[in-house]
Amino acid sequence: MTAASGSAAGPTIVERHGPRPARFSLATRESISGFLYISPWIVGLLLFTLAPMVASFVMSFTDFDPRSPGETTFIGFANYERMVRGILGQPGGDPLIGSSLFITVRFAAILIPVTLGFALGVAMLVNSTLLAGRNLFRTLFYMPMQIPIVASTLIWIGMLNASTGWFNSILGSVGVDGPDWLNNVAWVAPSLTIMGLWGIGNMMLIFLAGLQGIPTELYDAAKVDGAGRWSTFRKITLPMLSPVLFYNVIITLIGTFQYFTQAYIIGNGRGDPAGATNFFNFHLYREGWAFYDMGYASALAWLLFAIVLVLTIGVFRTAGSWVYEAGGDR
Amino acid sequence: MTAIAPPIARPMSAHSPLRRRVRRFTAMSGMTLLAVMIVSAFLLPLLFMATTAFKDKNQLTALGAPWYPAVPETLAYEGEEYPLYRVPMPDGTTRTLALYEPGREQSTWLDPANPGAGAIEWQGRWRSLAPAYKVELYTDNFVTAWNGLDFPRLLFNTLMIAGISTIGAVGSAVCVAYGFSRFRFPGRNGLFLLLLSTIILPMQVTLIPTFAVFAALGWTGTWLPLIVPYFFGNAYNVFLLRQYFLTIPRELDEAAMIDGAGPFRILRSVIVPQARAAIVAVCLFHFFWAWNEFYLPLIYLQGNQSAEPLSTAIARFNGVYSQEPTLIQAAAIMAMIIPVAVFFLAQRAFMRGIVFSGVEK
Repeated sequence: MTAASGSAAGPTIVERHGPRPARFSLATRESISGFLYISPWIVGLLLFTLAPMVASFVMSFTDFDPRSPGETTFIGFANYERMVRGILGQPGGDPLIGSSLFITVRFAAILIPVTLGFALGVAMLVNSTLLAGRNLFRTLFYMPMQIPIVASTLIWIGMLNASTGWFNSILGSVGVDGPDWLNNVAWVAPSLTIMGLWGIGNMMLIFLAGLQGIPTELYDAAKVDGAGRWSTFRKITLPMLSPVLFYNVIITLIGTFQYFTQAYIIGNGRGDPAGATNFFNFHLYREGWAFYDMGYASALAWLLFAIVLVLTIGVFRTAGSWVYEAGGDR
Repeated sequence: MTAIAPPIARPMSAHSPLRRRVRRFTAMSGMTLLAVMIVSAFLLPLLFMATTAFKDKNQLTALGAPWYPAVPETLAYEGEEYPLYRVPMPDGTTRTLALYEPGREQSTWLDPANPGAGAIEWQGRWRSLAPAYKVELYTDNFVTAWNGLDFPRLLFNTLMIAGISTIGAVGSAVCVAYGFSRFRFPGRNGLFLLLLSTIILPMQVTLIPTFAVFAALGWTGTWLPLIVPYFFGNAYNVFLLRQYFLTIPRELDEAAMIDGAGPFRILRSVIVPQARAAIVAVCLFHFFWAWNEFYLPLIYLQGNQSAEPLSTAIARFNGVYSQEPTLIQAAAIMAMIIPVAVFFLAQRAFMRGIVFSGVEK
């Protein structure tokens, strides 16, 4: 906007040039400079985005194997058929796709309420005027985001180890016999959820911005009306935050469909225990880089894209409300 | 917020402000204490990591071993080593004594403070006693992990991959953002929307053909696939910088233009110095994003471990030494120490970038 209004003086000068200027007009020169500066991105877009997208779409109709690219043949919709049959549980389908989608969605169903609740609680805590050293606490709650995921995964593997980890020793000290978290099919998803608490940093900051955007008059009015803490939270904070909340839900959901590193390390690259860490993105990786079925992996990538696209459109449909709220703060 | 109370509400009583201050102090202490407790629990795994990394692996399975790194204490006396135990005495106290002559139901002990004073007889089974430990940091885990990982090489690889790709990512993003924020050209808004829309495109959609091309070029096993694609202006970085550039007053550009500066000179002498904070934030984000990246090194460097960065090498190390938590935790410390140290040192730049962009990539 600033750019458009600021350079409005440009064209008026240009008009005064003769009908056939010897050199490029000022406006043309500006366009050329502009294109020159954005040219790296345009080249990158063509080379690393658009061309590969087309190629990936074409590949999804082939049986491309990087070990023998010369023998690639078109197999029509066979990859998609394998995918759909697998999801529907029909014979001839991918036997793991259904469970991998289920594992992913079920994980999201646990992860989202837990991390959102925790992030909101922490955001309210570090937003409280009663808290001394608020910036220090914000930094400390954000800090685990800066630990490389591989390192934080190893820390949690140690922490959740059934015999030498502290998690079960602490549970044991209060008389609870903890499970073998990461090696038990039923407890893997809860373990990964606990690990996910270390990733609340951004969510917390978004909630914090949302909380600071709520007009204080609303709280004053509630106080005048004699509202208690809980009803103030439920009737004012939560509804006012709902757009931010929704945004965080969608972002986390997209994140679970791209969940990979933790699943790879904890599942030893095989989906251990018993396929319980065979998350969607990990499944895609295995089809492509363990079984070299890159045609099918391309089809899976397009399914992933379709899912992410639908979820993103969901965000944008409601964008009007949450963008307004966030902007009201500034 | 509560200070809006009208002046009439101020009572004459001398007690009230004091009492209110005391109440506020109590509330603050309670809230801060709560926060300290939550943050301690939240960061407890870091304490686990630090203590485990400094333990001898035998301590993990030893019964009655403390949570901190320690070794069983011994008494050196007349050329022999005697283990120390916590012994409950008949008078109700517990003493730390050295086991001189173990027996089944009765043992002979020495006082470690004064071993020459003579033997102490004690009735009971010494095997049921807890050994006495003393704090000792065991640093061999770091030596083993350092050598086993070939840590200097990993650090070099990681710094090179992250460093070079950061130079490319930031340099190209500055140019592209400058183009989008300061020049008018046909289709600019459409192109900018296209740029934004690439943010949501999952990497996997373009990854397979890109991988096939890089493999055909013989680039797999080298750093090139992890570096070259970042020289073309990542949408996220461009967006962040463009938003920032738009806040720089155009009068500054125009003043430079009147002084005869061309577009590149304006970028170099006006825009970049003005946008230093945003550029530093983008540098930090991209550098540590590249430091953290796991998927791409995993697929591109599978065949060439000597080119590997920390992330995949440490994951493989975990696969080999999964039965030795002490080594794994030492490796985890080595992998996280630099990013976390930089985070604390450059905390303000980080937070500014996060606040500015809303979401980290």
